[in-house]
Amino acid sequence: MSTVASQKRGFGAVLWDYLTTVDHKKIAHLYLFGGGFFFLLGGLEAMIIRIQLAVPENDFVSAGFYNELLTMHGTTMIFLAAMPLLFALMNAVVPLQIGARDVAFPFLNSLGFWLFLFGGLILNLSWFLEGAPDAGWTAYAPLSVTSPGHGVDFYVIGLQIAGAGTLIAGINFLVTIINMRAPGMTYMRMPLFTWTTFVTSVLILFAFPALTIGLFLLMFDRMFGSAFFDVGLGGNSIIWQHLFWIFGHPEVYILILPAFGIFSEIFATFSRKRLFGYTAMVFATILIAFFGFMVWAHHMFTVGLGPVANSIFAIATMAIAVPTGIKIFNWLATMWGGRITINTSMLWALGFIPSFTIGGMTGVMVAAVVADYQYHDTYFVVAHFHYVIVGGVVFGILAGLHYWWPKMFGRVLHEGMGKLTFWTFFIGFHLTFFIQHFLGLMGMPRRYWVFLENQGLDTGNMISTIGAFFMAFGVVVMLINVVYTALKGEKAADDPWDGRTLEWTMASPPAEYNFKQAPLVRGLDPLWIEKTEGKGQLTPAEPLGDIHMPNASFLPFLMSLGLFIAGFGFIYQVDYDWAYILLFAGMAMTLGCMLIRSLKDDHGYHIPKDELEREAD
Amino acid sequence: MSHDHSLNPETMPNEPEKATEEGKNKFLGFWFFLGGETVLFACLFGTYIALRNSTAGGPTANELFGLELVFMMTILLLTSSLTSVYAMYHMKNNDFKKMQLWLGITAILGFTFLGLEIYEFTHYIVDYEFTFRSSAFGSAFYTLVGFHGGHVTFGLAWLIAIMIRNAKRGLNLYNAPKFYTWSLYWHFIDVIWVFIFTVVYLMGKVG
Repeated sequence: MSTVASQKRGFGAVLWDYLTTVDHKKIAHLYLFGGGFFFLLGGLEAMIIRIQLAVPENDFVSAGFYNELLTMHGTTMIFLAAMPLLFALMNAVVPLQIGARDVAFPFLNSLGFWLFLFGGLILNLSWFLEGAPDAGWTAYAPLSVTSPGHGVDFYVIGLQIAGAGTLIAGINFLVTIINMRAPGMTYMRMPLFTWTTFVTSVLILFAFPALTIGLFLLMFDRMFGSAFFDVGLGGNSIIWQHLFWIFGHPEVYILILPAFGIFSEIFATFSRKRLFGYTAMVFATILIAFFGFMVWAHHMFTVGLGPVANSIFAIATMAIAVPTGIKIFNWLATMWGGRITINTSMLWALGFIPSFTIGGMTGVMVAAVVADYQYHDTYFVVAHFHYVIVGGVVFGILAGLHYWWPKMFGRVLHEGMGKLTFWTFFIGFHLTFFIQHFLGLMGMPRRYWVFLENQGLDTGNMISTIGAFFMAFGVVVMLINVVYTALKGEKAADDPWDGRTLEWTMASPPAEYNFKQAPLVRGLDPLWIEKTEGKGQLTPAEPLGDIHMPNASFLPFLMSLGLFIAGFGFIYQVDYDWAYILLFAGMAMTLGCMLIRSLKDDHGYHIPKDELEREAD
Repeated sequence: MSHDHSLNPETMPNEPEKATEEGKNKFLGFWFFLGGETVLFACLFGTYIALRNSTAGGPTANELFGLELVFMMTILLLTSSLTSVYAMYHMKNNDFKKMQLWLGITAILGFTFLGLEIYEFTHYIVDYEFTFRSSAFGSAFYTLVGFHGGHVTFGLAWLIAIMIRNAKRGLNLYNAPKFYTWSLYWHFIDVIWVFIFTVVYLMGKVG
């Protein structure tokens, strides 16, 4: 079952393999292509938004369509692009970094992916069925309750299904990192990307259920006539804002912490130094996560919670700047005195520092309650969160993809095209969003589909739109780079970057069982330790033996498909009785598959020792 | 080699639910899952507390709730938690028949609880016209208590599935974690009920 053999199979066999796989490396590919597809969709929506706003009183799109675009752009980018792309990197790398043969729950790993994909499909099918959701990605009640048509229903059901997948993925990474570490891989020897994945998973575990409940309440109000947000029957629409942001603010850290981890790996590797202040970095990560749960109301300063609540949340918010600052200085100190290599990954990391620092600084600005009344719902906020999410998360994902592409696919991404992507995207990004700070300060509100002429907003918006085209160009070059690399790319060595962590001890791409023998970890940066002592490879911690492997399964796909079908049942039972057939059939399919999974023994299989010995020859 | 003899009941270790790597992972993963469930119910409790006086002219909590019925439900569910502990005790002693017996008693208690809950809801709907749609209080009440009831239903279905599946083959290291995670789930449902009893019913009567 070597990788060479698997490349010779026909298309049908490969498709079936990916539909049933429970291998974390293949699930990483699925997340990458699923998330990448939605990233392109979200990008397309962003381009239409920018074209509409290029000139005053433009009529490129209608007002209603514009509302759908901005809602779907935000929802898609956060839930269906950024998170899955991070999951792609986590799946590809974390088990390797801790010396594990797979994740703790390979079956659930697959289920998490398919739930995400089918949730994303439901959300996007709304474009073809009576229109997309149009209440903003935050879907505030009562707007989201009263929004006509089925758009918001697709939002509710799609996110509910995708969110379940995310929760499953989070639990899986937690158990993997706690239980599956190789001998000697203590917590304080874990690479920072593993650490940030761990802390992110804690955030997912405790933040996503709040969204689940929020979505349920919205779903009940819209589809089953309950009165949670209906003021006429005593409801309270602020509950939605609380639930959404109790989830929504940790979500920001769910996105950014893995990116911090990626940069930490890249700075250490390409500065030829161990990460400066490793302990402080771990501590800062935990502190950010901890604070991340206590600041949700800073999204609601203008709601009227009162000066005491606002002040507490403002101070907690500003406090997050401290651990984040620790991180920024540690990255700088890692480079200080190092032998720095500048390549595409490193360029993204270097570009990240000033970009993210600007985003952090405007973050402290909007945290100041009094000033926030001016910034709230203007382009200043739009600029702020794009500096954080694009300048932090997207840069991190692109840096990580260039860094780990050789390990994921066995080929190195083209450096020239990578640098072209970086420079066009980087310049385009600052062109697009820097000017939006000033547009916001001049009073341009967010989410409006037109602006008036001669109010000082014309030039700024034109510059912003031009910048967006630079970014789009960079993304297109990146796509060409991926195709070129797949066809003609340079074959990757096992350790192309002179790496420090365990993933670089193995073949690119690794065998399906990852480690033939669990490695013995002797410290932080285990591979680097062996390199400095002249050995260059890890000592095995166990004798060669049979390797236990999980069975592939088609059930995760079917379970998710069942919920997908039931989702349409839920959406359309409001209008049509036949929709109940979909609802019950879909739920029966999902529950039936769960029952089969519970009742049918699945012991996996073993790769015998002699086969492993033969492969070594 | 090693993979088959570990399923032999004669050599059952002290903690069969955590004796294999899969078992250890399940044990830990399920605890994390319950952590997420805790947040889930916390959000429902928060929503309920915010809306519990929003009766929109309908019956109030004080008028609706009768503590006698709810007290019986509480006793039933708490006892079922105790009987599930007996079942796990027998699992650790590798006494499959007694485990099944106590699980069966647990299931009967669970079904009785569920029956009383259905009676309670019907009573409110028929006699008081207090429904899911009549007020924000109604929506919050039926959602919180109904989510709990849904968990009880799912737990009972799960229990019966694994009891029937393993009825003939007895305990082994593959199914012991399944029984054990089920018992964790059942305890969790019980703890949630204690909070529902306090926050919904007791506070509804006096608060």
